[in-house]
This record gives sequence, C-alpha cells and structure tokens, in this order.
Amino acid sequence: MSAPHHSGGTGPRPASLHTDALHLPPGHSWHRLPTVGLTLAAVGLGGSLAFGLLGGTEARHQLWHSWLVGSLFVLGISLGALFFVLVQHATQAGWSIVVRRLAENVMGALPYLALLFVPLAVLGLGDLFHWSHPEAVQSDPLLQHKAAYLNVPFFLIRTFASFAIWSVLAVWFSRQSRLQDETGDHEITRRMRRRSAPALILFALTVTFFAFDWLMSLDPHWYSTIFGLYFFAGSVMSFFAVLALVALAAKRQGLLTLVLSDEHQHDVGKLLFAFVAFWAYMAFSQYLLIWYANLPEETSFFAKRMVGTWSIAGTVLALGHFIVPFFFLLPRTIKRNATALRLAALWLLAMHLLDLHWLVMPNLHPAGMAPGLLDALTLIGCCGVFLAAFGGALKRRALVPLRDPRLPESLTFENV
Amino acid sequence: MSFLTGLLRPSLPPGEHFGLLAEFTSPAELYHACEGVRDAGYTRWDAHAPFPVHGLERAMGLRASRLPWVSLLLALGGGITGMGLQGWVSTLAYPLVISGKPFFSWPAFVPVTFELAVLGGALGAVFGMFAMNQLPTLHHPLFNSQAFERASDDGFFLSIESWDPQFNPDRTADLLRRLGAKEVELIASAPRQAPALGGATE
Repeated sequence: MSAPHHSGGTGPRPASLHTDALHLPPGHSWHRLPTVGLTLAAVGLGGSLAFGLLGGTEARHQLWHSWLVGSLFVLGISLGALFFVLVQHATQAGWSIVVRRLAENVMGALPYLALLFVPLAVLGLGDLFHWSHPEAVQSDPLLQHKAAYLNVPFFLIRTFASFAIWSVLAVWFSRQSRLQDETGDHEITRRMRRRSAPALILFALTVTFFAFDWLMSLDPHWYSTIFGLYFFAGSVMSFFAVLALVALAAKRQGLLTLVLSDEHQHDVGKLLFAFVAFWAYMAFSQYLLIWYANLPEETSFFAKRMVGTWSIAGTVLALGHFIVPFFFLLPRTIKRNATALRLAALWLLAMHLLDLHWLVMPNLHPAGMAPGLLDALTLIGCCGVFLAAFGGALKRRALVPLRDPRLPESLTFENV
Repeated sequence: MSFLTGLLRPSLPPGEHFGLLAEFTSPAELYHACEGVRDAGYTRWDAHAPFPVHGLERAMGLRASRLPWVSLLLALGGGITGMGLQGWVSTLAYPLVISGKPFFSWPAFVPVTFELAVLGGALGAVFGMFAMNQLPTLHHPLFNSQAFERASDDGFFLSIESWDPQFNPDRTADLLRRLGAKEVELIASAPRQAPALGGATE
C-alpha cells in the first residue's frame, strides 16, 4: 500500500500497549500447554503402540496407517505456518506482523514432528508401502519401472532431506525474528525477505515430493501430478483454521487483546476462505482430468473411493470441505464474528482430517470406512506432540515481533 | 433511449444551489467534521480526500455497501447460465454421445460454469460500482469551486447537498465553521461560465 496508512488518531485504537500483554504472563494457563501436550502424546502414542504392536498383524497395519494420518495432520498445519511466514516476508506484508509470531510458533513444531516420522520410517514402511517389498517389485513390471525412484534408501533420503530443509528454515526464520526483538535491527527484515523467495522454492519442491512419497505411493500404481498441490492446499487451509483458533483463543485468555483486532481476524478469515476455494480447485482439477480421460491407471484412485461408505466420505468432503464452508465464510460479517469463525475453523479442521483419512485408509480398508480406537489414539498423540512444541515455543519469546519495523503498520491496519 | 440517458445523468439537487463545500486542512479534521455532520443528522452529503482515510466510513455513518449483493447475484446468474446452457444443449437441443459419457456430464460443464460465474461476479462488481457511484458523470457542480481542484492533491473537503432535509445555507455553514472548516463556499448548480478564449481577464 502506498497510501498513508493512518491519519492521526482517526480509528478507535488504544493509546498505549502494555508490554506485559505481549508476553505470556507468569502463571498463565498456557504455560501448562507443554505438559498437557506431552501427557497427551504419551497417552496417545504409548497407547496406540501398545495396542498396535501387541495386537497382531492387522492391528500393526492399522497402527501405522492411523499414525500416518495423525502425523500428516499436524505436519500439514506446521507446513502451512512455514508457508505463511515465508510468504509474509516475500511480499513484505504489513498487516500480518501481529499474527506472525503465532505462526512462527506453529512452524517451530516442525523439527519435533520429524520425530513422529521416525517410527513410521523405521518400523512402518513395510506395512504401509507395497513397493518397499523386494519380492513385490520383482513380480510387478510397473514397480520395476519406478524402482529408480521408489526404493527404500532413496525414499528415506528424501524424507530426511525434507525434514532437514523444513527444520532449518523454521529455526532460522524464528531465530532471526527473535533476534530482532532484542536488537531492533532493520537489516534482519531485509535479510529474511531476501531468503524467503528461495526458501519458498525449496518448500514447494519438498512438499510436493513429500506428498508423492508418503501419500501417493501408498497406491504405487497410481499417479497424479497435481497431488502435491492437493496436499498443500488442504494443509495450508488447516493452518489458517489453527491460526484463527489460536488468535481467538489468545484474546479470550486475555492475551494480545489490544493488539489483535477484528481487522486481523477478518484477514485470517479471508485466507481461510481462499484456501477452502483453492483446495476445491485442486480437488476438482484432479477429478475432472481423471474422469474425462477415463484411463484405468488413473481412475483406480476414485474407483477405490466409490466403494461402500468411502463414497459417502467423498460426498461429505465435496459438501463439507467446499460448498458449505464456501457460502458460510463468504459474508464479511461471518469472518469478523469470533464465534462464527471459530465454528468454521473447527469444522474445517475436522474436514481436513477426514480428507487425510480418505486419502490413506481406502488402501487398508477397501470395503468401507472403519475408524477405530487406533485412529483416535494416534491423533491424540500427534496433536499432543504438536501442542507441546507449540506451547514450548510460545513460552520462550514475546507473543508478537516486538521491534519489527512494520509493527506499527500492523497495529493500525484496517481493511478498506 | 431516454431511460439510458437518464441513467447517465447524475441525480443532483434541484434549485439554484447544489450545496455547501467546506475545506479542512488535515484528514483528522475532516474525520472529526464528518462525525459532527453525521451526529447533526445530515443524510445527503459526502467527503472528499486525495487518499483513502481509514475509518472515514464509520465517521460518516455509512451503511455497508450493497455492491457485494450485486456481484453475488450476477455471479450466480453467470453460473446458472453456464451450467444451464451446456446442460440444455447436451441433453435437449443437440444431444451427442461424447466418449461414452452421459448426456448430462456435469463435471465437464464445471469449468465454463466457473468462468461465467467469475465473469458475472467481476462485471457485477465493476458496473455495479459505476452505477452506484453514478459514473460516468462528466460534469459535477462541485467543479464550480476553484478550491475543489485540490481534492485530488492536498485538499480535504466535505460537501452537504441542498436537498438534505436539514439543509439551511446559513445554519449549515455555521455548523461547518464550528467543526473547523477553513473555508465554506456556496456552490451554484449551473456550470461556471467558461472563460472566453484569448479574452482579457478584466
């Protein structure tokens, strides 16, 4: 924006900000988030490991598939946060400074979420991926053709590289931002801007191949070049839902009450809305091309998901992940209403979870949906890890980038 | 035709005077003056600034714009047209079997439906905005004021139109002065006479 942003006390803005509202106050209930998160993680992951590993082959298969859904759910949220932070730097956005630290704390979970993929990579590969069995590859010309890419060592290298890149980016951008809290150096802002564009390219490549590897290769004969974007769209949407929930919860808990305005809430709501539409755009683009060409190697994905209750899940996704939230979030008043936005965010998180379930589970339960205890336990455990990492990051620094040069602009931001 | 030309003619207050124009020195003064005029109960007036002044719509007491509804209606209209036309052609007017798919193959119709919905929404937003702003207006009585030329440079103005039920040339001018106007000018409805080309000015 080139126009002057605010003109001498025109808006109903508070005159002063108390610095104590910008840190998590001592004794605040959110100090317990890491403990709560770790408890949930221990109960959820421990319980699911006990049930899954001691319950025989079938339970073990279920365990790793459920674990994958839960891990991808929280990973998607954190990847969405990384994307958001990078885009804010690349576009030199002013409005978002007051929510950027919350996003930085969400993306700060990325190194810890790598731990969730360690058991999957060490113990779960064989149960998840048909192509990881040499004898299966030997009898399958298509898998032999793909073996140069789809083999266990290269798969593990790619997974490791993805997490390494995400972790380095998340840590570096968080650390620079925190450094600026201390020094107030404007050069840090310029440095983050310069690095954000190449980081976005790395992000795009890693997320695409990660989705190919951990989701698409569950059905190794099937392929869709848009699949990376499909995972990306749903993940970023789930992040904006979390950002809305966290920002609204913070205000409810007496944090950032003078900082976060309806204007910021409105913009987060707009981005949530945009990614609802973008997810639908990706989902339909994928469907349309496969439906139109009607080639057996491509249609197998949807054929599998039209069996039994899976077709109901697909319909629920079309309605509940797009049509209903699209029209619900369309009016300006809804995005500016805390209760309505909270409702939409919770609903969309549930839909994103269903989306991941719908992507993973038909490979294990071809006859129809079969949600169970292990799904719940792994989800609780993965959310616990995420919550602990997020809560830990929240405690360690101010809740907004205190000395970002664009903070005043963000504080007085208004939608025209 | 007369309906169309009627649309192009801006609706202006009848009578000799268009209204009063007040000049302010800063956006903050304009903002507070707007609050004052709003609270005094005026309904037919406007504010003019060279750049968007945040929050001015609240200070002026403006309702939310109805433009989104125009846009939504035209978007839905475009979408219904797109789906309807393709459905009608493919099932009734000229049914053809294409790659063995049903006549009413709705997924194939979605791209055109989407594009027409976007087109309808965009046209609705642009031309609805033109209609609601009474554009194009080639001349406006406010242009009679020499000072008003600075509304696109560094001037902050507030104009109250003479058909406002509260309007009274003297009392309204007093109100504007009380609200901090640097200059208050009575604006004639008739266009100012263009100066004769090459003529002497005295």
